[in-house]
Amino acid sequence: MGLTQLVFRRLAFGVITLLVITILISLALEALPGDFAEQRLGQSATPETIAAIREQLGLNKPVHVRYVQWLGNFLQGDMGVSLSNNRQVSELLASRLGNTLFLAVAAAIVAVPLALILGILAALYRESLVDKMISTITLAAISLPEFFIGYMLVAIFAVYWQIFPAISNISDSMNFGEKVYASLLPIATLTLVIVAHMMRMTRAAIINLMQSPYIEMANLKGLKRYRIIVHHALPNALSPIINVIVLNLAYLVVGVVVVEVVFVFPGLGLLMVDSVTSRDLPIVQACILIFGATYITLNMLADILAIVCNPRMRHPR
Amino acid sequence: MNHKNELERAFKLGRVSRREFLQRSAALGAVVAAPGTLFSGMAQAAEPKRGGVFRLGMGGGSTTDTLDPGTHTDSVGIHLEHQIRSHLMEISPSGELVGDLVETWETKPGAAEWTLELRKGVEFHNGKTMTSADVIHSIQHHIREGSTSAVAGQMGKIAEMKADGDNTVHMTLSEGNADFSWLLSDYHVSIFPTEGWESGIGTGAFSLVSYEPGVRSETTRNPNYYKEGRPYFDGSTITVISDSAARDNALKTGQVDATNRISQRTAHLLDKTPGVSVHKIVGTKHYTVPMLVSIPPFDNVKVRQALRLAIDREAMLKTVLGGHGDIGNDLPIGRNQEFYNTDLPQRQYDPDQAAFLLKEAGFEGLSVELSAADAAFDGAVDAAVLMAEHAKAAGIAINVVRESNDGYWSNVWQKKPWAMCYWSGRPTQDWMWTIAYESGGAWNDNNWENADFQGLLKAARVEVDPAKRKDMYWEMQRLHWEEGGTVVPLFAADLMGVSDKVALPDVIGVNWELDGHLAAERWSFA
Repeated sequence: MGLTQLVFRRLAFGVITLLVITILISLALEALPGDFAEQRLGQSATPETIAAIREQLGLNKPVHVRYVQWLGNFLQGDMGVSLSNNRQVSELLASRLGNTLFLAVAAAIVAVPLALILGILAALYRESLVDKMISTITLAAISLPEFFIGYMLVAIFAVYWQIFPAISNISDSMNFGEKVYASLLPIATLTLVIVAHMMRMTRAAIINLMQSPYIEMANLKGLKRYRIIVHHALPNALSPIINVIVLNLAYLVVGVVVVEVVFVFPGLGLLMVDSVTSRDLPIVQACILIFGATYITLNMLADILAIVCNPRMRHPR
Repeated sequence: MNHKNELERAFKLGRVSRREFLQRSAALGAVVAAPGTLFSGMAQAAEPKRGGVFRLGMGGGSTTDTLDPGTHTDSVGIHLEHQIRSHLMEISPSGELVGDLVETWETKPGAAEWTLELRKGVEFHNGKTMTSADVIHSIQHHIREGSTSAVAGQMGKIAEMKADGDNTVHMTLSEGNADFSWLLSDYHVSIFPTEGWESGIGTGAFSLVSYEPGVRSETTRNPNYYKEGRPYFDGSTITVISDSAARDNALKTGQVDATNRISQRTAHLLDKTPGVSVHKIVGTKHYTVPMLVSIPPFDNVKVRQALRLAIDREAMLKTVLGGHGDIGNDLPIGRNQEFYNTDLPQRQYDPDQAAFLLKEAGFEGLSVELSAADAAFDGAVDAAVLMAEHAKAAGIAINVVRESNDGYWSNVWQKKPWAMCYWSGRPTQDWMWTIAYESGGAWNDNNWENADFQGLLKAARVEVDPAKRKDMYWEMQRLHWEEGGTVVPLFAADLMGVSDKVALPDVIGVNWELDGHLAAERWSFA
């Protein structure tokens, strides 16, 4: 199967998957206790005001009617307005998505090379003190809950030493440097959380290959261990590593709610949690579509890269 | 460093004199970083300093907040409201009702007809002069057909509003209410121009610069604010910080100047931090456990009395609130409020008496369900479990039913026979009893239909003689204390954290958190 064909097939599946997800989300929100009107008014609700809100927002209609209406608008490029404050969902999402991507990309730029280097070092000095230290530290970091790592970093670097800000409440009025500085602690937290997984995979994949005959040959030729690993083992180990890297990148976009809460970072995760709490369906749907699309795209990217860096898959017999 | 911190602390608490402080800090060789902030307490009598941007870190905000004054339910929305818009009436720090946009107000006997004289020459942020038309429009917002306002019912008592020139408004109520002027201080009833609330334009101490719901707001000083000299800050920002540890950290590291909702569990630790102090305010906020008295066994007055006796309030105060608050006496009225019945003894934990009452009523071995979720208040589930433990000594089995936080106020409260609840309280007796205890009220959560009580509530509402009102309210409190269906075990304190860079006034309002939500207007930098 050719690459283009694969991409198209995966895209088609992706769209169907997203469609199914939106249906499930509509049903799930419907199944939760309390609708938008009740959540909005809380203790101060009266039957009259609840009825008035439902009437104004068309929440009286059955769930499938509302879903079809939403889908129709969405297909015409209209993501709708937030039930709570009438703001355009697209406008609401834009800045939040920008922030989330900023954090994800920054964390990836630090974490991915770091994980690869540490993985290669660990493989290079296998079973040595270096290997054990790298493994212990990264595994310890991944074993701690991320909010705990976040609090520890804040306690040390913001409260005790006061070199970084405790909250990363970035805004559009900040320039790029200020944003990076404000986000250093969340970036460090995310890095600590994801490095171990990628590092372990790099190490395992390389060590696995080190048993192969062609590496033995390279050894016999008298090549340096460093050269063997980087030039001969790593390219062949890339497929599984890329898979793990991509999974972690997806996590950086969709799974950082806790870090956002700890550092007061205005990202998509917080927006979605708020919107689920208030049953603000148009926003929830839009967030879910972004998260779903991220996962699907990145997974597809992983498969494409796996094919590209594996000649056997590039030229199927 | 530690010696210095201890010294600063001792100084703040007044254990060390100013002279001794300077001597001892010199002896320590410490460069006292900020003596100015430490001595701030002494400069309070002087005119507050102008300038600086007041940065608040607040819990209680969400992406779904709006500028629609009728929809506020949580702290951040309410606080921003008080920065940008004024209300007709205001509650002063010492708890009196004073005019805000209203200059004078009067009513005729029967308290059904009210005349409000508005302050003249007050300008909106866009330069337009505020008139009676704006006032009527703003109130109409809550009571119009299809209103989604939380105070639709409360303000719906206004049958007619008429403007008499630009500065006078006549209101006619469908039934008299001597405390009506107090209702005009409700945070929902703010005044916006006839063009609408959407722009955020008001007559408040600050005008809105930018607002991203659930993230932050930025306001700048209104130079035309009608209160002379106020506000003292050049501007104000609110950063929404939902996580209480993050709020503490932001305050400790100086990223914000004040925070609300300090966790009861960590307040003592935060207070030890140099440069920061925690202020405790016990106002009208109380936790309640209402029984629906129309449903057995709660229809039996002895069962209600037994359940009230079977709760150890002191232990609850310690465990649930970490001691930050006060025990309740089964009245939704704070001890400092007007017409509080001081003759009623504090109800004590008495499991023997509770068991005796149940035996008399023929309910030995009583087993009841208590619905709880932390949506009612932080720690409500723990409180319910604690109540169940206390009640065991009286032979009562309370089965705590954990309910979902979502939809709690719609599906559990007012629906389940016995459930946890909270009220922020109201500044007047009539207001509090009316919203939650008057027969047929939308928020009545106990259905206690005592004819004497209901009659007194109506009579006191139109009574203008304070002595007579006192007798009526005392009798109502006695009736509720003896027979009512609501347990009021606790009054909860509001804890706020304030940087020493900020100078607080001598008297801080207790009607709402953060100085009656007017911190940005009343406070200044030291």
